Parts: sequence; C-alpha cells; structure tokens
Amino acid sequence: MADDTRIMLPQGLDRLIEVLEGRGYAVVAPTVRTGAVSLAEVHGADDLPWGVGDEQEAGRYRLTERDDGKVFAQAAAAPGMKATLFPPDELIWRGRRSGSQFEVTDTGVDHVRPTAFLGVRGCDLRALAQHDRVLAGRAFPDARYVRRREGAFIAAVTCTDPGGTCFCTSMGGGPHPESDYDLALTELSDPHRFVVEVGTDLGAEVLAEVDTVPATADDEAAVTTAVAEATMRMGRTMDTDGLRDLLYAAAESPVWDDVGNRCLTCMNCTMVCPTCFCTTVQDVSVLGSADAERRRVWDSCFSEEFAHIHGGSLRTEVRSRYRQWLTHKLAAWQDQFDALGCVGCGRCITWCPVGIDLTAEVAKIRASAGIPVAGGMR
Amino acid sequence: MFDESLRSAAPPKLAVWKFASCDGCQLSLLNCEEELLAVAGAVSIAYFPEATRAQVEGPYDVSLVEGSVTTPEEIERIGQIREMSKVVVTLGACATAGGIQALRNFADVAEFRSVVYAHPEYLSTLARSTPISAHVSVDYELRGCPIDKGQLVELLGALVEHRTPRISTYSVCAECKRRGNTCVMVAHGTPCLGPVTQAGCGALCPAFERGCYGCFGPQNTPNTASLTDHLVRTGMPPQAAMRVYRTFNAASEPFRRESERQERAMAASGTGVKR
Repeated sequence: MADDTRIMLPQGLDRLIEVLEGRGYAVVAPTVRTGAVSLAEVHGADDLPWGVGDEQEAGRYRLTERDDGKVFAQAAAAPGMKATLFPPDELIWRGRRSGSQFEVTDTGVDHVRPTAFLGVRGCDLRALAQHDRVLAGRAFPDARYVRRREGAFIAAVTCTDPGGTCFCTSMGGGPHPESDYDLALTELSDPHRFVVEVGTDLGAEVLAEVDTVPATADDEAAVTTAVAEATMRMGRTMDTDGLRDLLYAAAESPVWDDVGNRCLTCMNCTMVCPTCFCTTVQDVSVLGSADAERRRVWDSCFSEEFAHIHGGSLRTEVRSRYRQWLTHKLAAWQDQFDALGCVGCGRCITWCPVGIDLTAEVAKIRASAGIPVAGGMR
Repeated sequence: MFDESLRSAAPPKLAVWKFASCDGCQLSLLNCEEELLAVAGAVSIAYFPEATRAQVEGPYDVSLVEGSVTTPEEIERIGQIREMSKVVVTLGACATAGGIQALRNFADVAEFRSVVYAHPEYLSTLARSTPISAHVSVDYELRGCPIDKGQLVELLGALVEHRTPRISTYSVCAECKRRGNTCVMVAHGTPCLGPVTQAGCGALCPAFERGCYGCFGPQNTPNTASLTDHLVRTGMPPQAAMRVYRTFNAASEPFRRESERQERAMAASGTGVKR
C-alpha cells in the first residue's frame, strides 16, 4: 500500500458524495431499492445501505439486517455498473424528414452526464475492463460508451462480505480492487472506518477535500486480513483449467439437454451479466411525426429472434442457446478477447428464476468428460 | 399531434370489430389521448361503433379485431371481415387466445348454460371459445388483457409506413431488467409468470412489485414446465400452480398444455382436482 493511503471515518462518505456532486458527477452507489441493493443515483450518505446485508443463493436473494452497521457489506449489487455505462436502451441518432431531405439532429453523445461510481467491487472493475476491450478497443469504438467511461470517477470498495454465489477468486480476481479505480475503500470495524487507497491524481484531488488522516501499519494489516478472510468466503468455485478446450469438446454433451430442460430462456442471466454486451438496433418512428430515431437496446442470445437469419433461427432449441452463451463466455471469449468472459460475480446464478448455476453446469461437463474436478457449491 | 406535411391523400381505411370481449382493448385506441390526433390524422376510421356512428363500407385496409369466437354467427362474420380486409390484426387475449371465456373449453358449456340462464334454449353458443386465428388467417397479433396502447400505436405506425412493427416475442423479464426492476420472484419470493410470458407491457406488474400474471400470453419459447416445477418446489400448492395458467390465455397452446400437465400430475399423486 502506498504512502498516500488515508483513513476516512463513516461521516466522511457524506462529504465524499458532496464533493463528487459538486464536481458535476451523478453519484451512483449501492442503495436499497424494492428489496435489493442496487446501484442507483444517490444524493447523500443517508441513501446508502447502512447495516444492510444480503443473502444470495441460486435463484434467491434476500436482504438481511447487520448489527455492525457496515455500509458496503454486501455482495454484487443488481444491477451493476453496466446499466449506467452501457444503458439498456439508448439513442444512436435522431433524424428529421423534410420533403425528400433528411437531417440527423442528434447523436446522443452530447447528453452524457459524468458519473461517479461509489462502492463498486473488484468483479465490476474486471467486467469493466472487458467492456473497455470489447466496446472501446475496436476499430470503431462505441462513442457513447467511450464518452461515459472516460468521464467516470470510480471509488471502488473491497468486497469484505462476498455472497453465496460469488467465485471471483476462481476467475483470477479477488475481493480487493486491483486497478481502474480513482479511490479504493476498505471498510473496517472496531472502530468503523475506511482505509482509502489512491489510484489516480484525480482520486487524490477529490480525497483532499474530505477529512482524512494517514493510515497506520495496523490499518494496512487489517486490510490484508479482511481481504484474506473474504477470499476464503467465496460461496462457489469454478475450475478454469483447460476450460476452453473442455467446452469445445463438449458440444454434444448430454449436460446441455439437462440444462435445456430447466432453462426458461427468459434472458435474465444475460441482462444481469456485467460482461454481456449483445444489443439489437431498433428504428423508431412515431405516427404522424417527421422525426425518427435509431435506438440500441440490450438483446440476448437466449431469445430465438436473436439468431434469426434468412430462413429462420439458428438456435431453435433451448439447449443450443444455453450452450452458445456458456461456450462463448468461457471458451470462445478467450479466442476473441484473450480473456475469460466471466468475472465470477455470481449475478447470473442469483438472478436466474430457477437457480441455474453455471459453476455446477461446468463441473458436470467436466465430470461427464471423465475428469473429476471440484466445482460448484462449496 | 399530427405533422400536416405527412398527410396522405388516401389514408388507409381502418375498421374496428368486436367479438366476444369486454371492449377494453378497443377502448385502448380511444385511450391513446396524446396519440389519438396522430392516429386520426394518419388513418381514415371507416368503422368503429364504439367511437362513431359513421360507417364507410368495405373493403378496409386494416381491420382491428377484438374478442373471441363463441357463437356460430361469429364464425360467419369473421370470414366476411377477412374477405373485406387487406390486413387483419387481433387485439388482446380474447382475439389472440380465446380469452377468459375459454375456461369453458375445460368444462361443460351445457351445464353452465343450465345453471346460469332461466331459458337456456334461447342461447346459441359454441362449446369452445376460440381465437380469431382458428377461423381465418391473421396478419398481426397484439397480446394483453388489455393490449398496450404503445404497441397499438407502434403497429398502426408501422402499417402506415410499410415497415416492420417492433413487437418482441421474448419474455417479460427482458423488459423488466431493462427497466431496472428488482426481480420479484428472486428477491421477494413472489410467484411471477414473467419468464414464460411475452413482453410488450413494459413489465408493468413487476414494476409495482407484483408478479406477472401472464396476460400477454406465452413468449415465443416458454419453458412452462420448468417454471411450474420451481413454483411448486418453492411452496405453491399444485392446484394453484395449475390455475396460474387458467386465466386470460388459458387456451393458448403452451398454457393449456401446462395446466393439463399439472392436472395430470395432481391426479397421479392423488391430490385431486377441484374446479
């Protein structure tokens, strides 16, 4: 940890939000909304989930009360950062017809308001790196994503209380944010305080406006302990060894038939996945108006329409859609983007209405290939 | 508002027809309020008894059909409407799936008739309530009980402009997640038919923390068996798990098959079926 690591008391969070709002950011942080901790805009520390915990299991999410008053002691929020940086429905351009002429009046890029994220996790940041690669690191970058991403401030937190569906450590991550943050907070008890690490000059500038004191060696040791403890509390594991070849070889595995019988093709997993990026383009014209819009909307490989080409859908069977998703995420993604497409946040497991668990499915595929390896629930 | 520069010299002639139904879907057209002037500017309303006494004779460019077929006379009438119409659009669960009145399909209509009416012999009714598509070819379907007025305006706009309407056939969950709702099933334990139901309502009920009750009917590839098994496993009585499919879209094939599968499972396990 660097020399500029500071200690901030709980009341500092209100000031931090105030400073960020003063700099023109919309502050997006964990907040309780209709029975779940979600990332949404907040206007003060009162909006944060003090003393709220969560229980996450396959197909089940419940809020709990915590007696330690901690504010960031939950697992991955639903929805995460994706909904802000890569909105579910956004304008690509708007145009107006006049006679035989046609004029583009808006490309949406100018409406981007800078966002400060507070309380996002290591898994979210690793997913963000994937989106940076996929959306910004290509020949024709996604202009609106790039604009939002470049303008974003990130105050990440150490995930001290991972949930029952978490397995970031299996996917090469961990509870402590690694990079891509301006500030990184680790929440500690006795006394309740935040160890704040500085990632960028901008982070240092913002933090300078908040009351803090230098962190001691004891504080830093406490962070190390908290991270080590959290690392041991992942609810699930996935063995990624040789995963790409394993999945390619398993194209006709009976596991796909079994999961196909349970999968609802409801698209929830892909909507909550922080790395899923598939969209469709819709043209919107309004009856009696000369204005028309082209919009980009989240889409999913779980719908039949998604794979519709001339002559029909490529993936009429449920098994082939689940196989497409999992094989892309864990195998083809490696060929395409040189990384695993899963960060182990567990959202697809928690938010599947019937609790389909990709760690268990991968373990079954491995077992059916004759390689008995641990994986799934701990 | 209607942009006058877009006014056509010969706007499409629109007719609105009613079969066995409650009128709620065709009232959605009048309920368009803000969009009503745009609709009235873009199409010529040739037959719409709910809105006007004026009648323009067929043929019609677009016929919106509400309601299901429940009498012999209606079979004849829908055939005539089809012949007079270039495009036939069914409005809502009755026209598309047979509606709530299709519960008769699972029972004995003669028995209902004798219980309800003093002179059942005056009634001429069919044993089953059937969707319009069981009798004539249908070009577009709008789901829902009632339909979503946004979808109606979208469809009319697409027909006027000769483009493909944006009517998705995937699940309510897609719209629910895009809207940023918390999943009522996962986070609250509230039974929800969203995963097997077609989108189009904008996930209206879950947005108010209620489970979807499937009024838009089955999505394109519904896995009703998996959802029902999950509902029963998580505490829903089998009888209730059967009945969730016996509402407005009870006679749609996937929902009918599922409720009957559930009935058979109850019979096999000795739970019994009470109607």
